[in-house]
Amino acid sequence: MIYEGKKKIWSDYQKDIPDDHYFYVRSCIRQTFFPASEAAFLEITRNRLGKDVFETEHHTTCGGIAYHCDTIPQETSMTIIARQFALMHKYGYENFVCSCVTSFGLYCETLEAWREFPELKEKIAENLLKSCGLEFAVPKVLIHSSDLIYKYRNPIAALAKFKLVNKKTGKPLRVVEHIGCHYSKMFPSKGVGGAEYPYVLIGMIEAWGGEIIDYPERRHCCGFGFRQYFVQANRGYSLANTNKKFESMEPYNPDMIITNCPGCSYFMDKWQYVIAEMNHKTYGEDGHGIPVFTYEEVAGLVMGYDPWDLGLQTHLVGPEPVLDKIGIPYDSDAKYKGVNGKNIGKPEEVDCIK
Amino acid sequence: MNNNILIVGGGPAGMEAAGMLQRLGYNTMLVERSSKLGGHLAAWDRLFPKGLQAKETLDRLTAGINGVKYFLDTDINSINILDDSFNVILSNGITILAKAVLIATGFDLFKAEKKEEYGYGIYDRVITNADLEAYYKTGKSDTIQNPKSIGFVHCVGSRDEKVGNLSCSKVCCATAVKQACEIKQRFPEAQVYSFYMDLRMFGRYYEDLYLEAQKKYGIRFIRGRVSEVSEKEDKSLLVKAEDTLSSKPIKVSVDLLVLMAGIRPAEAGKRVGRMLHLSNEEDGFFSTKDTIRDLQMSKIPGLFFAGTCTGPKTIPETLNDAKSAAMEIDEYIKQNFPDRK
Amino acid sequence: MTDFGYSINTSSRMNLDDFDKESFDKLAEMEPDVRKCMACGSCTASCTAGKFHETSLRSAILALQNGQEGKAIDFLKGCMLCGKCTMVCPRGINTRHLILSILKVYGTK
Repeated sequence: MIYEGKKKIWSDYQKDIPDDHYFYVRSCIRQTFFPASEAAFLEITRNRLGKDVFETEHHTTCGGIAYHCDTIPQETSMTIIARQFALMHKYGYENFVCSCVTSFGLYCETLEAWREFPELKEKIAENLLKSCGLEFAVPKVLIHSSDLIYKYRNPIAALAKFKLVNKKTGKPLRVVEHIGCHYSKMFPSKGVGGAEYPYVLIGMIEAWGGEIIDYPERRHCCGFGFRQYFVQANRGYSLANTNKKFESMEPYNPDMIITNCPGCSYFMDKWQYVIAEMNHKTYGEDGHGIPVFTYEEVAGLVMGYDPWDLGLQTHLVGPEPVLDKIGIPYDSDAKYKGVNGKNIGKPEEVDCIK
Repeated sequence: MNNNILIVGGGPAGMEAAGMLQRLGYNTMLVERSSKLGGHLAAWDRLFPKGLQAKETLDRLTAGINGVKYFLDTDINSINILDDSFNVILSNGITILAKAVLIATGFDLFKAEKKEEYGYGIYDRVITNADLEAYYKTGKSDTIQNPKSIGFVHCVGSRDEKVGNLSCSKVCCATAVKQACEIKQRFPEAQVYSFYMDLRMFGRYYEDLYLEAQKKYGIRFIRGRVSEVSEKEDKSLLVKAEDTLSSKPIKVSVDLLVLMAGIRPAEAGKRVGRMLHLSNEEDGFFSTKDTIRDLQMSKIPGLFFAGTCTGPKTIPETLNDAKSAAMEIDEYIKQNFPDRK
Repeated sequence: MTDFGYSINTSSRMNLDDFDKESFDKLAEMEPDVRKCMACGSCTASCTAGKFHETSLRSAILALQNGQEGKAIDFLKGCMLCGKCTMVCPRGINTRHLILSILKVYGTK
C-alpha cells in the first residue's frame, strides 16, 4: 500500500467545512442505538470547542427510512427535507449539519435533484408553503457531523487525555474504519477523501494515535440496506454482508471498529452476536467480539469522558478490551447504572460472545 | 521564396512525414517538446501483431529523417496565421515562417490513477501497460517478482463515461493480448487472466494472435469489466468482476494487475490547438475536414494533421496517415505556390 | 441455538482461486482444442439435445474454467454425441472428442 498515493487522492477530495454556526439535526435511530453519541457531539462542539451549534425540537425525521423502503413518494420526502432546511433558515443559519449518513445522502441527492430540475424545486417550495407556511431555502453548506469532528480532530487531540495506543505494548491500536455507503458513494465529491478511499475517519484515527487497517472488503456495505434488514426474510442477506466483512478483516486482528453511520455501527455491533450464535465464531480476542464505536464515542473516550456516560454499556460487544488496552479507567459496577445511580437494567447473559 | 514546412511533434507520425517531405524537396523542420524523438514508440519494447522490436521501427524512422532540422526540448510559444503562411515562435527563440504546418502531437496515455477503484499508485502491484513495456525493455522491476497469477484489465479510461471518454482506444486489446503472451513467455507457470468487454482484434494477424494466446499460452479471457480491486495482507490483489458469459460475479487473487491505459489527446497538443482555435470532436481529438476523405486536413488552409492527434491509431495506421499528410501538403503547396522553387 | 427465522446467505460469487488447474491441464493435453473456444455459442444453438435439456458445450467449458466441474458435467448430460456441433464450430474444435475427454477427466463413472 502506497500511502503517498492515498494522500494524493485525499487532497483531491477536500470539502469546505465552515468554522462556526451550525444548524444541527439528529438521527432517528442513533438516539436509541447509541444514546450518548449525539449528546457527546453537542458537548464537545459546544462546551469544549466553543462552537455555536443550534438545534430545534421542531425538526423531524428526514424520511430516509421510509424513502429507502419505498413507502413514501419522493415528493413527500423532498417536502420533509425542504421543511428541515426552512427551519434552518428561519432560525438564521446556513450551515446544515446532520447526524445521520442516510439523511446526508438523501439531502445531497435532493439538492442535486433540485439543481437538475428547477421545476421540481419550485413544486416542492409550493408544497412547503401550502403545508407548513414556511419559506423555502437551501443550505449554503451541507455537512455530516463526522465532517465536523474531522475538522476539529487536531483540537480534540490537543484536549485528549488518552491516545489510541496500547498502554502495555506502546503500539497504536489497529482500527478498522467503516464509512456509511451514502456518505460519499453517491456523490464522491461531497465526502472528505472521496468514495474509494474516504479520509474522514482515517483523519480522526491518525490524529488520535491509532493505526488504520485497509482490508480487502473495506468498501463493502455493512449489510443494513433498509429493505434487506427490515423484511425478516431478507435478513440472511443483510447478515451475509456483515459476515463477509468480518471474515475479510479477521487476519488483520483489529482492536476496534469505528464507523460514521448509524446503521453500520448498529449492524456491525449486533450482527456479531448473531454470527456467534450461527457460526460459533467470534472475531475479537478470546471469545470477545470486536468493539464497534461511533466517532463521537471515540472522541469522547480520548477526551476522557466516562465510558458509561458515553453510552458504551448499550453496545452488544463490550468495550472493555479497548478500554483496558488504552488504560481508560471505568467502574464495572457502574456499567448498568444510569443517572443518580438508578439501575437501567442489564442485558440477558449469552455465552457465545463476550 | 521559402519552402519551409513545420512539423509539431516528433513521434512516429511527425518523423515519417518529416522524412517524406524532406525527400520531396521541402525545407522540413520538426519541433519536439521532450528530449528525444520517437514518442511512445521509444518507450515500447515490442509491437503487435508479430512482436517486432519497437527499436527496429524507430531506427528506420530515424534514418528516414536524415537532413530534417529538428529541435528537441522545444515548445511552440505562438503561432500566427498570416495570409499564405504561418509565423511560429519557438521556445528556443527561433521564429519560423512556414508555408504549411503539420500537427502530429499524438496522444497521452490515460492517467490510470483516475480509475481510483483500481488502485494504481496505491496498491504496490498494480501497474500499467506502459510500466510493463518498460519492464520488458529493461528486464528490471521491483514489482514483478515471479508472479503466480496475473490479470490484465482492458478499457482503462476507454469506453467509460465516468472518466469522460466514451470512445474505444483501439490498440489496447491487441496490446493486452501481446503483453499477456509475453508474460507467459517469461513466467510459463503463471495463470493469466484477461478481463475484456469486447475483444476488438480487427487487424491483419490479430485474430491469430488471439488464437495463439488461447491455445499456446492458455490465457483465460473473461468477458467482464473489473469493478474493484483491493490489496490483501500479502500484497496480492483481490479482483472483482462479473463473468458476463455465465452471468455470475467472480473474484480472483492475482500477484500482478496490468491496467490497459487508453489513448487520450495529448495535453501539449491541446495547447497548440487552442493557439490555432482548432475544434475537436466529443472524444477530445481534433476535428478533421471531413470524416471519410481529407482526414489529414484541418479547416484551416495549410494546416494538416497526422497520427493520433485525430484519434487512436496503430503504428502502421499512423505511418500511413503521416504519408498521406505529406502527400496532401505537397499537393497544397503545388496548387497554392506554383512558383515555389 | 436461537431460531432467528433466517440464516447467513451463501454467496453466488465464483472464486477463480478454486479453479482446478491440474485437471484442466490434463484435459488440454488430451484435447488441446478446449482452449480455443471463443464462446460464440454456435454449438449450443445447433444442439439437438439442448432443445429438451440444458445442454451446452460452451457453458460446460466456461464452468470448468470457473472451477465448477459438477455444473460442467450437468451441461453435457443431455449430449447424444450426434456431432452437429462439430459441424458448426468456427474454430474447428473436435467437439465430440472434447466432450468425451471432459467426461474422462471430470466424470465420476
